[in-house]
Amino acid sequence: MTPQLMAEGAAAKRAYDERIASSGGRGAPQGRVVHARTPDFAHGIALYVDDVTVSFDGFKALDALSLMIGVGELRCIIGPNGAGKTTMMDVITGKTRPDAGSVHFGSNIDLLRLRENEIAQIGIGRKFQKPTVYEQLCVFENLELALKGDRRVRATVRARLSGEQRDRIEAMLALIQLTREAKRPAGLLSHGQKQWLEIGMLLMQDPTLLLLDEPVAGMTDEETDRTAELFLSIEGQHSLVVVEHDMHFVQRLAGDSKVVTVLHEGRVLAQGRLPQVQANEQVVEVYLGR
Amino acid sequence: MSTPHISPYAAGMGAALLVVLVLVPLLHLAVPPGHWLHLSDYHVALAGKIMCYAICALALDLIWGYTGILSLGHGLFFALGGYSMGMYLMRQIGRDGNYHSDLPDFMVFLDWKALPWHWALSDSFVAQLALAVAVPGLLAFVFGYFAFRSRIRGVYFSIITQAMTYAAMLLFFRNETGFGGNNGFTDFKRILGLGIFTPQMRVALFALTGVALIGFLALSRTLVRSKYGRVLQAIRDAESRVMFSGYDPIAYKLSVWTLSAMMCGVAGALYVPQVGIINPGEMSPAAGIEIAIWTAVGGRGSLVGPVLGAFVVNGSKSWLTQVFPEFWLYFLGALFIAVTLFLPHGIAGALRALVQRLSRRGGRASGQGTAASASRAQPSAQQGAAAEVSS
Repeated sequence: MTPQLMAEGAAAKRAYDERIASSGGRGAPQGRVVHARTPDFAHGIALYVDDVTVSFDGFKALDALSLMIGVGELRCIIGPNGAGKTTMMDVITGKTRPDAGSVHFGSNIDLLRLRENEIAQIGIGRKFQKPTVYEQLCVFENLELALKGDRRVRATVRARLSGEQRDRIEAMLALIQLTREAKRPAGLLSHGQKQWLEIGMLLMQDPTLLLLDEPVAGMTDEETDRTAELFLSIEGQHSLVVVEHDMHFVQRLAGDSKVVTVLHEGRVLAQGRLPQVQANEQVVEVYLGR
Repeated sequence: MSTPHISPYAAGMGAALLVVLVLVPLLHLAVPPGHWLHLSDYHVALAGKIMCYAICALALDLIWGYTGILSLGHGLFFALGGYSMGMYLMRQIGRDGNYHSDLPDFMVFLDWKALPWHWALSDSFVAQLALAVAVPGLLAFVFGYFAFRSRIRGVYFSIITQAMTYAAMLLFFRNETGFGGNNGFTDFKRILGLGIFTPQMRVALFALTGVALIGFLALSRTLVRSKYGRVLQAIRDAESRVMFSGYDPIAYKLSVWTLSAMMCGVAGALYVPQVGIINPGEMSPAAGIEIAIWTAVGGRGSLVGPVLGAFVVNGSKSWLTQVFPEFWLYFLGALFIAVTLFLPHGIAGALRALVQRLSRRGGRASGQGTAASASRAQPSAQQGAAAEVSS
């Protein structure tokens, strides 16, 4: 071995050790080098929710909930009111800290250690139940702010849109059918258009995992159909978790082959393909009140 | 969208400000006293004072109008800047005070033998000027860090800013604090060795204030039109969305909050030599509320608005307190209610709408009425200004 090779090897080892140290002591399995803050999806799982419990004043919103979402999977989560769907999203996105359990993004990133904005930066996007857009900025600017990029103060003071970024925004405007509204303040959009704008903003972030809380609430049937089409078209590129009440919409998304999860009283009541789940007696009981 | 584009409205406002800046010194120095066009010392100082207020209103607009955080404690940052400059001016009096001592009069009166530690730099103009910016900035940074990190928002934030300025006022009222107690600082004689009440100095200070105001307007305009400014507005509209888009709202709020406090510090430092007095009254909660009123009356979320508001409210204040001294406060209240009810975007919003309507009519007449000019017609709408003040 030449001295140069040995020096290079030592440097590589040192860099590796530093990375391990900075990832909170979680090493890279089987010699794959995993960078801190880069999720490891080698096992094909995007999100692990393990044994998560959240209680509010004694009421258990989540009761030892466990769930796994695959990379590129489109998973519908249904459940009656108060089943814990929104709380689950709050836990994943860092808004609520669970009393017990763990949540991991990929096999290496502990989401419970990160703040909301850090979770968003590593690739988890969230759509709120109530459409949440920047009402006084125009549609174009809403998308611009969502555009993937440096989120630090200094970077935004100097930021200029490149032609490529402009094209991406134009393409997104076309996809969410808001090209003609680009210069209007977002507050003047219809409810359905705001929902679409928020979905567009999420996609601009290019997240690995998208959490959508009742994305078609308040939409017309036609808008609902278009939304279903949109989600099906991005399936595979992103993992999608859709929490929804509208069974027709779930039917369109899940078809007969995809896994659907039913939440009830903070835990998974049933999980499986939609026809199976619909035939499940417990599910029928919970939904129809026997 | 991001191309620098100056609307006829903004250009008009900028021109008006420049005219004031040139005309006031000209009418003061070049027109002989006694001539009906002559502007007296009083009026030059008044115009300079109002420009200092305008800087405060602009600073508050950045944090309130654009970021949606109402501070009622900006009077404190203003006063800290003022006190910092006042300390230097007190030392410039030298032995010309009533007691002919090296120490400022109030220290002689309290029977102090030496300058307290925090007066260590008070002989240096540059140091005190730096402190006038650094002290408000540092206080705002520390206060803001804890408040924003604890996610204190809305009316709760407004209340603690008010508590902060009130606490500071009580502290400055005490003689032991070393800031002249309730009399504050006054009887200034010199600045940089030159007489402070000469016409030339008055005009120089006036011009300096004007330059500072224009500089801050330019800085604010750059910030507001950058992506940074759009993130601030996004925080105002939907902070949770900003957070879940990967931005850290604390960094944004803290930076604009600190900048805003520093601007007020500069305004205070310019104010004191022109007005000739600083006392803890500037820290009273009412002073902070007044700044909010200038901003709201002028129009939040526009840069010209707060400047306009400071001139309209303070201009009418100094006129009305001479003509109808008893009714001034009623007028202020009525003005605020009227603006809230009838001009939700303030005076600036109303003017802008007027200019746009006129220019659109002109455009249509010449056959060029485009949809594009109308698309921006909706001014960045602000919710009722008073709703937040009164809540």
